[in-house]
Amino acid sequence: MESSLNAPVIFFASIFTNNILLANFLGMCSFLAISRELSSAVGLGVAVTFVMTCTTALNYLVYHYLLVPFDLVHFRFIAFIIVIAAFVQLVEMLIDRYSPRLYVVLGVFLPLITVNCAILGVCLFMVIRKYNFIQSVAYGFGGGLGWLLAIAALAGIREKLKKAPIPKALEGPGISLIAAGLMALSFMAFSGMIQVG
Amino acid sequence: MVTLVLGLLSLSGLCAFLALLLEAAHAVFADYGPCRISINDGAKDLNVKGGGRLLGTLMDQGIFIPSACGGRGSCGLCKVRVLEGGGPILPTETPYMSVEEIADGTRLSCQVRVRTDLVIQIPEAFFLIKEFRARVVGLKPLTPFIKEVHLKLVDPPEIVFKPGQFIQFQVPEYEGSPEPVYRAYSIASPARLKNEIKLVITRVERGVATTYIHTLLKEGDEVRINGPYGDFYLRHSEREMIMIGTGSGLAPLMSILHQMADEKIDRPCTLYFGVKSRQDLFYQDEIHELAGKLPRFRYVPVLSQPLAEDRWDGETGFVTDVVARDVTDGSRLEAYLCGNPLMINAAVKLLMERGVTEDRIFFDKFG
Repeated sequence: MESSLNAPVIFFASIFTNNILLANFLGMCSFLAISRELSSAVGLGVAVTFVMTCTTALNYLVYHYLLVPFDLVHFRFIAFIIVIAAFVQLVEMLIDRYSPRLYVVLGVFLPLITVNCAILGVCLFMVIRKYNFIQSVAYGFGGGLGWLLAIAALAGIREKLKKAPIPKALEGPGISLIAAGLMALSFMAFSGMIQVG
Repeated sequence: MVTLVLGLLSLSGLCAFLALLLEAAHAVFADYGPCRISINDGAKDLNVKGGGRLLGTLMDQGIFIPSACGGRGSCGLCKVRVLEGGGPILPTETPYMSVEEIADGTRLSCQVRVRTDLVIQIPEAFFLIKEFRARVVGLKPLTPFIKEVHLKLVDPPEIVFKPGQFIQFQVPEYEGSPEPVYRAYSIASPARLKNEIKLVITRVERGVATTYIHTLLKEGDEVRINGPYGDFYLRHSEREMIMIGTGSGLAPLMSILHQMADEKIDRPCTLYFGVKSRQDLFYQDEIHELAGKLPRFRYVPVLSQPLAEDRWDGETGFVTDVVARDVTDGSRLEAYLCGNPLMINAAVKLLMERGVTEDRIFFDKFG
C-alpha cells in the first residue's frame, strides 16, 4: 500500500516535524564538524540538499526498476551507497570545474557527503514508508532543506558562541552538542502539526 | 539459480554503468586545455596540459621540486611561490606554512592544481636539479630489513651533491602501484665518487616503493632518479659534532663522514647509531675504517632490544637516553640527526634542553 500523504505535506514534514537531523539524528558528524562558520555550513547544506534530492530520485528508479523486478531488495544498502558515491563523484568533478571557489570551501568535505548517513537514511525511509516517485523527490528535497536549515541555524549559534563566555569544560564540542539538543527540543514543538512515518 | 545470476548481473551492470559514466564525465570535465606557466619573471615559460598538480606538471617538464612524500601533502617540502592563478590556499597546506609564507603566496606545489595560466617563483637552485638514468650494479642486503642499492649513473654520467643530501627514486608502474611514484632516499656514498651512488633502503611493510625495491628490482635494471635535494649537509665550523642516526638514517651521516675523511676535516665528532639488535647494525667495517682516518672520531652503537645471542656489552636502550647521559653541556655542540621522526623530535628536544642552540641542530626527518 502506498503512503496516502500528498507531496507538499511530506515536503513540509521533512523540513519541520520530521527533520532528518533533529528528529532522526542522522548526518550528525558533518553537522557538528562543519558548523563553525555560517558560509561553509550553508555551502555544505546546499550541496547536501542537491545530492539528497537527486540521489533520492535516482535511488527510487534503481529500487523500483532494478532491485524489485530482480528480487534484489536485500542489496538495497549496497546499491544505494554505490549510486550516492558515484553521484557525489560527479558533483565533485562539476564543482571543481565550474566553481573552484566553492570547491575550496567544500574541499575535503565534499567526499564526506558520500558517507553522510542522512542521505542514505532518506533513501531507506523512502522505501520503508512506501513513497511514490513524486513523494520521494519531495521528501528528498525537503529532507535536504531541513538539514540545511538545521546546520545553518547551528552555525549561526556557534558564531555567536565564539564571543560568549562559556565554561572552560564546555568549550568546543560540548556546548555545540547542548545547542544541537536544544534545537532538537524546540523542533519538537512542530511535531503536533503533521504525522508521517 | 537464474535469479541469482540475473541479480548479480544487473547489480554489476549498475556498477559498470556508473563507472563508465564517471569515466566519461572525467574525460569531458577534467580537461582544462593548455595552460602557460611562467617561472621567475619569465626566465622560463612552459606550455603544459592543464588539470594536473603543479608538482607533477613541472616534473614532466624537467623541473624538479624537492618532495619526500611523493605528492601526498605530508612532507611540506615542495614549496614554491605562486604569484598568479593558484587560487586560495587549501586547508591541506596551511599546517606547513608560516604566516609570512601564506602572505607571500607560498604554496605546496603538490596541492596546487594547474587550472589556468600560472606565474610562479622557484629558487634558482631548482633549475640545477637533474634527472638521471642509472643502472643497478649492486643489490646487497645489509640487515634482514635493509638493502643497499648501488647505482651507476648513465646519463648524465656525473652527479654533484653535498654529502647528506638526498635524491628521489622513481618507482615505475607495477602491480603494487598504477602510476610511477617518487620516494626520497639519502645518498650514503662519498661525494668524491661522482659516477655512482649508494642508497640504503629499509623495507616498509606494504610500502609501495620499498616493496618494489626489495622484491622486484634486479641487478642490471635501469632506473630513474632525480636530485640532489635537501639542506642537510655539513656546516663549516670548528665546533664539536654529535651525529645521531637510527636505522637507514645512518646513510647521509656516512656520506658526511666520508667527506670529513677525504677533506681531512679534523673535528671532534661522536656518532650514535641506534638500532634494535646486533643483526640490524650495518656498515660497521666502513665506520671503523673511517675512525682510523678521523683522529677525534668516536663511534657509539646503541641497541634498544639486544637479543640473548647478541652477547652485547655495549650501550643499550634508546639512543636518545645514551646521548642524554653523555651530553651534559651542549653549548659548544653542533648536531646532525637523521632517522625516524619520533627519535628526531625527542633528540631535538633533549639537545635544546642541554644548551644546543636551534640553529646548530640539523636534521633529516623521514616523512
